[in-house]
Amino acid sequence: MARQMTGAKMVVQALRDQGVDTVFGYPGGAVLPIYDEIFQQNDIQHILVRHEQAAIHAAEGYARSTGKPGVALVTSGPGATNAVTGLTDALLDSIPIIVLSGQVPTFMIGTDAFQEADTVGITRPCTKHNWLVKETSELPQILHRAFHVATTGRPGPVLIDIPKDVQFATANYTDAPKKSSYRYNPPVKGDQDSITALIAALETSKKPIFYTGGGVINSGPAASQLLRELVEATGAPITSTLMGLGAYPASGDKWLGMLGMHGLYEANMAMHDCDLMICVGARFDDRITGRIDAFSPHSLKAHIDIDPSSINKIIHIDIPIVGDVAHVLEDMLRIWKARGRKMNRDAVAKWWTQINEWRAVDCLKYKAGDSKIIKPQYALQRLEALTKDHDRYITTEVGQHQMWAAQYLNFEDPHRWMTSGGLGTMGYGFPASIGVQMAHRDALVINVAGEASWLMNMQEMGTAMQFGLPVKQFILNNERLGMVRQWQELLHGERYSQSWSQALPDFVKLAEAFGAKGIICSDPADLDDAIMEMINYDGPVIFDCLVEKHENCFPMIPSGAAHNKMLLGDASTKDAIKEGGAVLV
Amino acid sequence: MNALQIKKGANKHSAYNLRPTFSDTVEQHTLAVLVDNEAGVLARVIGLFSGRGYNIDSLTVAEVDRAGHLSRITIVTRGTPQVIEQIKAQLGRIVPVHTVNDLTVEGPSVERELALIKVTSEGEKRVEALRLADIFRAKVVDSTLSSFVFELTGTPDKIDAFADLMRPIGLSEVARTGVAALRRGED
Repeated sequence: MARQMTGAKMVVQALRDQGVDTVFGYPGGAVLPIYDEIFQQNDIQHILVRHEQAAIHAAEGYARSTGKPGVALVTSGPGATNAVTGLTDALLDSIPIIVLSGQVPTFMIGTDAFQEADTVGITRPCTKHNWLVKETSELPQILHRAFHVATTGRPGPVLIDIPKDVQFATANYTDAPKKSSYRYNPPVKGDQDSITALIAALETSKKPIFYTGGGVINSGPAASQLLRELVEATGAPITSTLMGLGAYPASGDKWLGMLGMHGLYEANMAMHDCDLMICVGARFDDRITGRIDAFSPHSLKAHIDIDPSSINKIIHIDIPIVGDVAHVLEDMLRIWKARGRKMNRDAVAKWWTQINEWRAVDCLKYKAGDSKIIKPQYALQRLEALTKDHDRYITTEVGQHQMWAAQYLNFEDPHRWMTSGGLGTMGYGFPASIGVQMAHRDALVINVAGEASWLMNMQEMGTAMQFGLPVKQFILNNERLGMVRQWQELLHGERYSQSWSQALPDFVKLAEAFGAKGIICSDPADLDDAIMEMINYDGPVIFDCLVEKHENCFPMIPSGAAHNKMLLGDASTKDAIKEGGAVLV
Repeated sequence: MNALQIKKGANKHSAYNLRPTFSDTVEQHTLAVLVDNEAGVLARVIGLFSGRGYNIDSLTVAEVDRAGHLSRITIVTRGTPQVIEQIKAQLGRIVPVHTVNDLTVEGPSVERELALIKVTSEGEKRVEALRLADIFRAKVVDSTLSSFVFELTGTPDKIDAFADLMRPIGLSEVARTGVAALRRGED
């Protein structure tokens, strides 16, 4: 049905048609017509952030915690350039978000007009796709297509740049076409011969392992369910990347914990020694593989991914399967059952004996140290114990605290863990927690942060207060850029260049200045009560948890080393990183 | 599966069945990329090459289907087999890209390039320039008393050879279109 309306009205109408209930944004000259339309309706709630970067991260948090696309609205020029970090973050972590940016009127494009920037040029490499809309008549179909592109195939961020005259002009609004009518529809079904080849390998494998990633979560709830079923049925161990935590429950007995640079010893050793690696929706990132030529040297490798460019990019794959995780796992289960549910059970039992020996190393144990000082690991163990029975969502910033959170917090379900994996964006966690809380108003949303990361987007306290979002900011405060400090200790002769946080604010007073609650805790004896106080407070909380200042994050694969060369603690760090590894990040 | 060139019916799948895996040998490949003719599509393709550090030896682009708004980009690139496969997969996932064909491995193909070559010379050298042009079947498209502009079509090698021969005679400017290529045969 065609209806005449302005471009600005089309934006709101298309968002409504696409089922959007929340938009994160910040107004400015070039988006005023759209803001005028937002003012005149009640279906879509607009969350006013305090910086455009936060709008994008909040949209990401919304998307990661719901499985639905997140939407952000920013103005031209600086509004759009501030969105770049968030767009890149969403691109690397394959998060579906739609960013709408205002642009100067079409007749002023190219004149260096006020707040003009080449937004589609700047964001081309950091979006999955982007559009500059030149005619109002094209706008509705571009809006609908943007949602399709962002959520189809490997998800990712898209941007629509809308000049102000296009927002004012009138044209026909057209409804969204069927998804199947789009040319862009990457195949979801995997090649049956390849899947059968993988099952044949699985049936005879002595040391299989599932290595899963964010692709399982992106594929939807069915994928996590099928993964659980497949793992239980085959009895194979499973590890996951940072992005994939929660797809398989941490309480499951086949769970080895996270793998990678700060992954668990048993997970990395099992990856190194396995004879069949089944990579499901992960991408052999350098945080995972360590040294490439020593990566899992004796295994047959299968890779399930919806993006063909992920396959054979880093690691040679013997059985590539291009397809959607849920579709492929369903076929795997069906074919495996049809062939008689065969596994080399005796050999896999031996494999588990070996894995249990690695588990016995207890790689997450840490020195208790001074009983008056809170160890960051202990703080997270207590946070886990006191919040695990809640309807809980965790976001993080980037650094040591992020790795400790991944190690010490347990995730039973997908969409419960929001962290910046690929880009490693400090300042991600706080705005993301706002996006998560918007999607889950009654849930307990905690941002596990470091004090340095948290300061990068601390202006969002205003947003949390304005919209009554009771996000808990759990700051592990070591007055250091902990991960930078750790690398300087290991690699740069303990010369701690610029890696401490001087002139920190009083976080309690800071919270109070915004009208929120501030809690400070420095004694392990007070920690439980303080965490309970945070949980029970109905409103935003800044929790300043003063922790051991020089704690290093272990276990660790030093850069340039193989999986089986993990460092388990401070004693093993001397000269652990060779010259070749030092140039790696 | 197209981008990975996995043969239908094969059960031991590898993207590089026929060539050494992760070999260090650098190969030159000609890729034909069919894209929606929309604003910025060439920038996306070029940005992919520069952003990921791939090489472009030659690139041509023009609309080939006005009604369907399709352009054909012909890219000559070089890299190890792994890099070539990665380039194809990366091109294939650009949203407005319809198809990516590797003309170097998908059977025989024809490649042609057009060049305009200006030669400035006098006397016996002028005569020699015309003689060589005749051998190469180059056409004279502009002439003054002291210069010629030759039009030459052929493979890039042929154009290189002609330009090399003209250099001592008075080669002053070269303009080349880059390679256009098509698969031989019916389809």
